[in-house]
Amino acid sequence: MNTNKRKLLTGPYLVWAVGFIILPLLMILYYGLTNDSGSFTLDNLLAIADPIHAKALWESVLIALGSTLISLVIAYPLAYILSNMGGNKSGTIIMLFMLPMWINFLLRIMALQMILANTGILNAILGFFGIGPLHIMYSKTAILIGMVYEYLPFMILPIYNVMCKIDRNVIDAARDLGADTKTVFMHVIMPLSLPGVLSGIIMVFIPGISEFVIADILGGSKVLLIGNVIDQEFSLTNNWHLGSGLSIVLMIFIFISMAIMNKYDKSGEGQMIW
Amino acid sequence: MKKYAILAAAMAACLTVTGCGAGQNESAAAEDDNTLIVFNYGDYIERSVLDMFEEETGIKVKYEEYVTPEDMYTKYQSGAINYDLICTSDYMIEKMILAGELQKIDTSSMENYDNLDPTYLDFCKSFDPNNEYAVPYFWGTVGICYNTEMVGEEVDSWEILWDENYSDQLIMENSMRDAFIVPLKLMGASINTVDKNELLEAQQMLFDQKKLVMAYLVDESRDAMISGDAAMAVIYSGDATAAMDANEDLDYCVPKEGSNIWFDCWMIPKTAKHKEAAEKFIDFMNRVDVGLMNFDYIYYATPNQAVYEELDDETKEDYTIFPDEETLSKCEVYKYLGEEDERYYNQLWKELKSY
Repeated sequence: MNTNKRKLLTGPYLVWAVGFIILPLLMILYYGLTNDSGSFTLDNLLAIADPIHAKALWESVLIALGSTLISLVIAYPLAYILSNMGGNKSGTIIMLFMLPMWINFLLRIMALQMILANTGILNAILGFFGIGPLHIMYSKTAILIGMVYEYLPFMILPIYNVMCKIDRNVIDAARDLGADTKTVFMHVIMPLSLPGVLSGIIMVFIPGISEFVIADILGGSKVLLIGNVIDQEFSLTNNWHLGSGLSIVLMIFIFISMAIMNKYDKSGEGQMIW
Repeated sequence: MKKYAILAAAMAACLTVTGCGAGQNESAAAEDDNTLIVFNYGDYIERSVLDMFEEETGIKVKYEEYVTPEDMYTKYQSGAINYDLICTSDYMIEKMILAGELQKIDTSSMENYDNLDPTYLDFCKSFDPNNEYAVPYFWGTVGICYNTEMVGEEVDSWEILWDENYSDQLIMENSMRDAFIVPLKLMGASINTVDKNELLEAQQMLFDQKKLVMAYLVDESRDAMISGDAAMAVIYSGDATAAMDANEDLDYCVPKEGSNIWFDCWMIPKTAKHKEAAEKFIDFMNRVDVGLMNFDYIYYATPNQAVYEELDDETKEDYTIFPDEETLSKCEVYKYLGEEDERYYNQLWKELKSY
């Protein structure tokens, strides 16, 4: 009886999952694997080999990698410092990072547009000191800034969480055994924080690879990303088959990336035992 | 506006799932009622006009908006809602006429149809040969909006968009056919050409231009011009007027090589359930007082002669809204290219964006 009731509680989520996750996925699979006349084909998947699509995917990977790397460089030291701080102080700073995430994503990107524009806020400030104007807007730099801004919290939080969980006794033990600060960091803290780093990488790289809104708004639509191609196939060309086919390729690509990460994650855990 | 398009694209997947179920109820309810379902571009009507129509006729208007004709067509085709009246642009109308999606409009019984200027009805014949399926609502051109402070010379040719002095200060239209107007007209070709050599040459010119282009934008170009971020932009006349209102340094020109003249028209899809009410609405739109209200709000060129005559001289002579006849004579209306050539166009466009 009790378990039946408990099963009922999953009802709302089940409806949600079927309607908004499983059905759309099945539809994408159906469209991606058929052509206009409805017969089975792999052409829509193989279309990724088309030089334009391949280049778009490559650009997407580069931009996603770039923003992941920059986020990591910013987030890791910050998370380390925060985890060493007292509870209240670090809570406030984490809060500051979370705060923008409560505001709509498009609004934030458009605000960034106002800041980075040729006649924008940044150049006004720089101009006051006699620097610039910088032409950042509508460039790959602008796209990278936008993406790092967007995804940085997703890098900081997992690393911060993992670092907070590191048992202080382990660090004390290392010191007792004569390890200096550098050794403690290299051999204790870093290996122990790796799972956080990996989930941070996954949470930045994976959404980053299908990004196209930021590239459109901040990049001035000058770079064609795989997300743009898929968007255009659906909305402009009305070729849902190709759009779905490329989406499937992108999903496969993401699964492969996740599998690779998971593999490294395991070796990370191995180090933890050490 | 683009941002809404992006949101709409994201939601499209969800809609296709839920669309069938929810939509049927909606249209079933509308069928019995004295209701008119209107589908129009965003922010493209003086809203109080709708209340006036409801009051005068007792017909309830359900008013919906979309961003691009492609969005509209996708939603229309899903069949979720039986629209009675759609306002959209020339080439999409032609595509829908050819697909047999439209009903003939009975203009003979309309009181105010004669208000429309025959010149513009003739233009409309290029996509609606007998003026049977579409009644023009507003029209405009595509041209160059430029900042007179940043551009020290007179702008009268598309050629200036290849001038290296303005490198990284040019904004191009981020829409396939609008972008191709520029090289095609400069070459002296028709904007409706499907000649592959001409199209490839045009594409090559756009390749060469890309390094000078600051950004490919649609609606945002207006803001970029107002803020002085860019020196010039290829832009719709309506957006140019709005930008010039906000920044006195801006000016607009339709280049001497000619351009595109576009028409947004009312049309009745074949799935419409309230054709008579739709025709009443079209007639209402052509009434002088209503036309004036809409003109004052939207500020695009009106094809309505009676409304035009009511305008003050300054507005009538505003060449941004109403270009002179010589320029107009070199302008062309878009024609639907057909599926195969459209696909070819799409390919060229994708190659340009990937270049």
